Amino acid sequence: MAVLVIAEHDGKQLKSGVTNALTAAAKLGDVTVLVAGNQAGDAAQAAAKVAGVKKVLLSEAPHYEGSAVENLAALVLTIAEQYTHILAPASSYGKNVAPRVAASLDVQQISEISGIESADTFVRPTYAGNAMATVQSSDRIKVITIRGTAFDPAGEQAAAPVETLAPGPDLGLSQYKGAELSKSERPELTAARIIVSGGRGLGSAENFKILEALADKLGAAVGASRAAVDSGFMPNEYQVGQTGKIVAPELYIAVGISGAIQHLAGMKDSKVIVAINKDAEAPIFSVASYWLVDDLFKAVPELTKELGSS
Amino acid sequence: MKVLVTVKRVIDPYVKVRVKSDGTGVETANIKMTMNPFCEIAVEQAVRMKEAGVVTEIVVVSVGALQSQETLRTAMAMGADRGILVEATPDVEPLAVAKLVKAIIAKENPQLVITGKQAIDDDSNQTGQMIAALMGWPQATFISNITVNGDNADVTREIDGGLERLTIKLPAVVTTDLRLNEPRYVTLPNIMKAKKKPLEVLKPEALGVDITPRLKTLKVQEPPSRNAGVKVADVKELVAKLKNEARVL
Repeated sequence: MAVLVIAEHDGKQLKSGVTNALTAAAKLGDVTVLVAGNQAGDAAQAAAKVAGVKKVLLSEAPHYEGSAVENLAALVLTIAEQYTHILAPASSYGKNVAPRVAASLDVQQISEISGIESADTFVRPTYAGNAMATVQSSDRIKVITIRGTAFDPAGEQAAAPVETLAPGPDLGLSQYKGAELSKSERPELTAARIIVSGGRGLGSAENFKILEALADKLGAAVGASRAAVDSGFMPNEYQVGQTGKIVAPELYIAVGISGAIQHLAGMKDSKVIVAINKDAEAPIFSVASYWLVDDLFKAVPELTKELGSS
Repeated sequence: MKVLVTVKRVIDPYVKVRVKSDGTGVETANIKMTMNPFCEIAVEQAVRMKEAGVVTEIVVVSVGALQSQETLRTAMAMGADRGILVEATPDVEPLAVAKLVKAIIAKENPQLVITGKQAIDDDSNQTGQMIAALMGWPQATFISNITVNGDNADVTREIDGGLERLTIKLPAVVTTDLRLNEPRYVTLPNIMKAKKKPLEVLKPEALGVDITPRLKTLKVQEPPSRNAGVKVADVKELVAKLKNEARVL
């Protein structure tokens, strides 16, 4: 089996879900990583050092700046037929490019798999993770996105060779105009060991400060429910849930979150879940390891203080 | 400019789905169905663009069971002008849906296709990207803003680390994210009006598209359940449990 992994990176490093996708890839066969970007040599070197990688293909051109999805898919198509499997992390980057590649190859993509049964059979969550489907593909090339939380990140190895791949065509369909990335000293949501997440119960964007104080005490990332994003308390990139980010930290502290199906889908695989809510009937308690029925505006500052005193 | 919007009929997102005891799928009998939330956002966007004078006609398309006509009527009550249903089983795969939409695009010649980013039943997140691929058009997924400027559209995409801005050439496919807009409620007079709007029902064969599935579902199971948790009395007890029992602090 020959497996191609489309790597998401920032030019210097791989993004957090990629090493998890590489673990999944190594289960399927010999792994080649494609690193495409405007200037991505450092990211290619980083990919070469991930355990299980046999070869890295580096393709650099100005028309791979930003997501550049049309050009990226066209590049993948120049080499796709050499592989039995084409994988990408199930991040906004991977979800953007993989279906474009799959449709161009006339294959049905398998989205966000959480398990590998064999070379053609995979497990994937559906209905917000409430139904786990085992599906078998009859397509000649399997195009798959990988749910990062379901696979451990791959370790390190002595660097595999990095080869240059000639850039594909610049289709000129789309122009990159820039990005506004949120700057935060806190860890990234999908890579954090601890996440403190807030819901509609916080009541305002201003009130998220009490969660941020707790997060900083714990060295945690901050997350938000869809209800909090909908209400404009937090930007969308903080959203945890079926249609936001899927996370599985060691400790997830849900504050003022009722526990809608769509939120549970994004966090119920966390190792330890703490829920703080004043509603004793809140559905979030059904998945909580520990729950506290209390007013969050009292309990959260108290928790921050308690952690500081020890 | 003509816009084509796709909509899907799904199990209501607030219903807790149950896996069938024979492991072949989930229970759908007597369960509340609704328009996929991201498709509602797509319809709303088209209607707002029509109200702003950018769009002249909105054609709304669904692929699925005959009952999907209700979903199309809802879209027309929101402001879409015409509906097209491709009647098929409810579980047509995204690649086949994209091929059906491509065949409809060939007849309708829209300048813009708006789809939801993801259907909340099978959570595939593929159809818009696949339509763009099959058409050879640009795509902007997960958008939170779109402005049409002549032959181009300026879009803002919601990406993992924040926002990305692109200018894409039209015709194009865009897929909607949560913050693009807040869909309107349909009013009774508009529901009545929608009943008189044209709704065409087609079969996949009439469009010359093979919708044979590529994936075989071997089984569907409940996810592993979590162990029952513990209620704590106060913050002190919580911290003690996290330190001594769970050992995560």
